[in-house]
Amino acid sequence: MTGANKAMAMNAAVIALLLIMHFALPAYHHGNLARIMVLAVYAMGFNFAFGYAGMLSLGHALFFAAGMYGMGLAMQHLGWAAGEALLAGLAASLAVSAAVGFLALRTSGVQLMIVTLMFAQAGFLAVLYFGNLTRGDEGFVIAQARRALAGIDLSNEANRYLAGLLLFAGCFVLLSRLVQSPFGKVLVAIRENEERTRMLGYDVARYKLAAFVISGTVSGVAGASYGLLFGYVGASFASVQYSILPLLWVLLGGAGTVLGPLVGTLFMFYLIDISSGFTTAYLAIAGLVLVLLTLFARQGIVGEIRRRWLPWLP
Amino acid sequence: MATVNQLVAGGLTKRFGGLLAVDKVDLAVPQGQVRALIGPNGAGKSTLVGLLSGRIDATAGSVAFLGEDITGLPAHKRISKGMAYTFQITSVFERLTLDENVALAARRVAGATRTSVESGVAGALDQVGLLDRRYELAGDLSYGHQRLLEIAMGLAQRPKLLILDEPTQGLADSEIAGFNRLIRTMAGGTTILLIEHNMNVVMEIADYITVLNFGRVLAEGAPEAISNNADVQSAYLGTGSDA
Amino acid sequence: MDFGPYLLLAMLEGAVQASVLTLTAVGLSLVFGVMRVVNVAHGEFFMLGAVLAWVIASVVGVHPALGFVLAIAIAPLLVGALAVAADMLVLKRLNYDPENTIVATIGLLYIIQQITLMTYGPEARPVEPPFNQRLALPWPEWGENGFALVWPWGFGTTSYKLFVIASAIVLLVLLWQLMARTRIGLVMRATRLDREMALAFGIHVDRVYALAFGLGAGLAALAATLIVPIQQAHYLMGADPLLLSFIVVIIGGLGSLPGTVAAAILIGMSDGMISMFFSPTLAKILSTLLVALVLVFRPQGLFGRSRG
Repeated sequence: MTGANKAMAMNAAVIALLLIMHFALPAYHHGNLARIMVLAVYAMGFNFAFGYAGMLSLGHALFFAAGMYGMGLAMQHLGWAAGEALLAGLAASLAVSAAVGFLALRTSGVQLMIVTLMFAQAGFLAVLYFGNLTRGDEGFVIAQARRALAGIDLSNEANRYLAGLLLFAGCFVLLSRLVQSPFGKVLVAIRENEERTRMLGYDVARYKLAAFVISGTVSGVAGASYGLLFGYVGASFASVQYSILPLLWVLLGGAGTVLGPLVGTLFMFYLIDISSGFTTAYLAIAGLVLVLLTLFARQGIVGEIRRRWLPWLP
Repeated sequence: MATVNQLVAGGLTKRFGGLLAVDKVDLAVPQGQVRALIGPNGAGKSTLVGLLSGRIDATAGSVAFLGEDITGLPAHKRISKGMAYTFQITSVFERLTLDENVALAARRVAGATRTSVESGVAGALDQVGLLDRRYELAGDLSYGHQRLLEIAMGLAQRPKLLILDEPTQGLADSEIAGFNRLIRTMAGGTTILLIEHNMNVVMEIADYITVLNFGRVLAEGAPEAISNNADVQSAYLGTGSDA
Repeated sequence: MDFGPYLLLAMLEGAVQASVLTLTAVGLSLVFGVMRVVNVAHGEFFMLGAVLAWVIASVVGVHPALGFVLAIAIAPLLVGALAVAADMLVLKRLNYDPENTIVATIGLLYIIQQITLMTYGPEARPVEPPFNQRLALPWPEWGENGFALVWPWGFGTTSYKLFVIASAIVLLVLLWQLMARTRIGLVMRATRLDREMALAFGIHVDRVYALAFGLGAGLAALAATLIVPIQQAHYLMGADPLLLSFIVVIIGGLGSLPGTVAAAILIGMSDGMISMFFSPTLAKILSTLLVALVLVFRPQGLFGRSRG
């Protein structure tokens, strides 16, 4: 089918464009885009559960933070090198999302939102409680000298951008293929009509748990990478706000679209960046956007484009 | 020639709060039979097939399928043993294409490959006459066509037992004729258990009929015997046979 | 101080917390019960009550008692009016879809909180209590001379704290009367039981929803005006009441008012008391985990009965 080919071409074009931006952008925006790409990975992880499988979690900061602290604590207290520490972050978020998913997915809808919110809140408070390890609110910095992977210095701006791009491209291609696969189609079927999917012979609970763990682990890898690339691990990344942000990005960009997370993260990042030039209360913008999106544009930017002009968009 | 009972229910009971929706129903459906389940509204027909397919948990009783006790199995495991179930309330995936709707069903066939799914989808859509609309969204179909898509999904699962809950509801006369032909081509190979209000359809395609009333089996027999049964006439036909 | 007096003191502090929490949680429960939506901005209505109380008291500024009386009369009304506006402008247009409402009220949370930061600022400010006599409390003891009342040092409370507890009780009784005896209460109970039926009986469900949302927010604001002479007003103060109210409403059985009151007293008392003996953070971790597990394994709440 031509739709699938167009989608593949578009994915390649997006990655190529981001590579061109590496050479084209001025330093300030170059640095921003590096951050945006890593945060977009977080948004993509969130979107996999929310946009495709229809599971709305308000506790993804727990997984982002599990990855970040899994990485950071392994470097800080166990003296692990960056590579192993990233794997520790991945393992931590995988374990945490599996445990939370196992319990929380017995519920759905509003209850799922509150259960995940509560688990994430407990995780955030645990970061504060074990302050002697995590240094609580203040957090800790990962020494510049140790932020190197395979001999490449990740604190260097150019390397950091390329590492962010590599991570983004990897997750982007992986998740795009996954949502087009039979597995991804089953998730969409569950989102659309869970009971019907069950009565086609699918073990819905297993599919949902798998999707939840993939979503949590991608979020955790984003958290671990964010900590490593930008050299800071802190409790604010575990707070409720970091559970709300990916929801905001995905709603803005378009839930259940492949490009939505990147588009939403990009727009929101600059919206907040620009408004924080005027006021310290820049989060009011985030709130306003949330309300306006729920009222007027449930499909988000990419969703609207798909609906109006490009029905083949994945 | 000994008949092999494919589906056997013993003492199936479902209680919703104070209401006995299904009350100690025994049922035995031989391999390859077209069995119709009829009865007035609220007789417990949908609940009974829900219990057989595992969609609803039984309060008491047992279900055996292909000689194996499946009472404790969840719905999805029963389905993978060769049952298919189509819903009374149309529940196709409206935002997916017909192709994808049927493919979701066809992929559950044991040993499915990409090509077998491809041909299974085409075959099932062709059988219900929707092949030319393969890449349209299911939500864009008319109600009657959505019912046919629902049946195509059941066919694509290549079930040993196909459970149809009011398949002809909302179909035009010509579509009903097509449905009857479809069931006749399948008869003998696939066991079919259908809930049906349209007595013309029942009389034309059913080999055997079970009548439910107040959650109990009121009568069982061949179509002619049932239509002459006085109890059935007073309980069912007397209360109005329209759906 | 000995253990006995210390425990009693902890219980008194717990009772003050429980009073405020009960009012706040009953507001949240009312909204959930009648409208079947979760209002994530509930804590911000609480915060707004406290901040407005400070604004009103400092504008009046003649005598602390007059300022306080005006604050307690006006602040909840203003907050309630704001909530009614939010209901009509936002929630109603979402058709009270449960998930969309949560997302939208998260948005409201940020808007209210951040606008407060822009206008009121980041400072924490107290409202002066109308009266605040220190009341020393006696403690019975068996000493060398037999039974005697002693007055342990630091063992006591203030008249204002007792006033908070008494006000909460009075307000709850009034609310109960409102729900049980008046037409408004009847209409709200009817809508809560069956929305379609209420519509069929000609009840203006839209108005009932707006009223319930306003009343719920007003109760949170009222609780905040009561506590603001003890705890200062701050733009981030809404987070804890929101979390605790959530816990209370869930433990008490979603939307059940008696269950909510029972749970609020239990949680408020134990939270106040646990915090005096253990780390408050640990207490919060345990209570949030408890709530999550209750929702997973006993969704009807610890006090609620299973329905159906």
